[in-house]
Amino acid sequence: MNVTINGQRYELEEGATLADALERFQSPSRGVAVALDGAVVPRDRWRDTELTTAATVEIVTAVQGG
Amino acid sequence: MDDPLVIAGHEFGSRLITGTGGAANLTALEQALIASGTELTTVAMRRADADGGTGVFDLLRRLGIAPLPNTAGCRSAAEAVLTAQLAREALETNWIKLEVVIDEETLLPDPVELTDAAEQLVEQGFVVLAYTNDDPALATRLEQLGCAAVMPLGSPIGTGLGIRNPHNIEMICSRASVPIVLDAGIGTASDAAFAMELGCDAVLLASAVTRAHDPERMAAAMRSGVDAGRLAARAGRIPRRYWAEASSPGRPMG
Repeated sequence: MNVTINGQRYELEEGATLADALERFQSPSRGVAVALDGAVVPRDRWRDTELTTAATVEIVTAVQGG
Repeated sequence: MDDPLVIAGHEFGSRLITGTGGAANLTALEQALIASGTELTTVAMRRADADGGTGVFDLLRRLGIAPLPNTAGCRSAAEAVLTAQLAREALETNWIKLEVVIDEETLLPDPVELTDAAEQLVEQGFVVLAYTNDDPALATRLEQLGCAAVMPLGSPIGTGLGIRNPHNIEMICSRASVPIVLDAGIGTASDAAFAMELGCDAVLLASAVTRAHDPERMAAAMRSGVDAGRLAARAGRIPRRYWAEASSPGRPMG
């Protein structure tokens, strides 16, 4: 199925979880937060949150600013 | 700790809050942060790069400086609330510098979206430090909504124009019961000192240091400016007089 991670499209297997998406994106696991379809998903739920096709995942981190 | 800055029950030895934006690289930023003596430093939240690092987060951790995530770049309350929730998750802090601006050209706070977001975030248990206009009425509103600190601008972000309406800043400080942090517009050390003399509890600045020719030296200057201004404010300045008043008695020849 197709999911969008930080604006880029990825092909993931059916039943893939948010944790799989982070791994596929090669995201660092510390210092990041994840929104699925516009809502924050806490870290302890990444493993059991299944994605559906056309899901939009945003992975954000702290950068220089302000 | 002598004369600490207290925000939401948390004590800071330094009254200088710095930003990390605009630094040429992490080494220059590290030198400036150390020279500033800051204990609280803002970071922005952005999309992670694929296989990217978390450099600034690790740097602050190593220096023992508390991160203050901001909502820079947000134009609506909804965006700001989501960004704050992401920051809380990523950085494990419920502190947020709330910033909701009206447009790119002015980067001025949008009072309607700002108050809406402040109310929601306070309700959700965030410690909200609100970046706002130099408007005493809006400052009062933000305090009433439960913001932990109110942070009026001296002039628009990145302009270095200093404090354009000192009277308003003084009015805001004179009746506030939460810390007032002069945020944005600082150009040089005398601006930071002036903010403190007007009664501000702290100064937040970024560009004035990170974009200076020598950021480390300017950071040290800002630290001294904030300290000098704070001391002067507590010492109590002499009243302004129209005519001269001699400091030596009489005349030498009778």
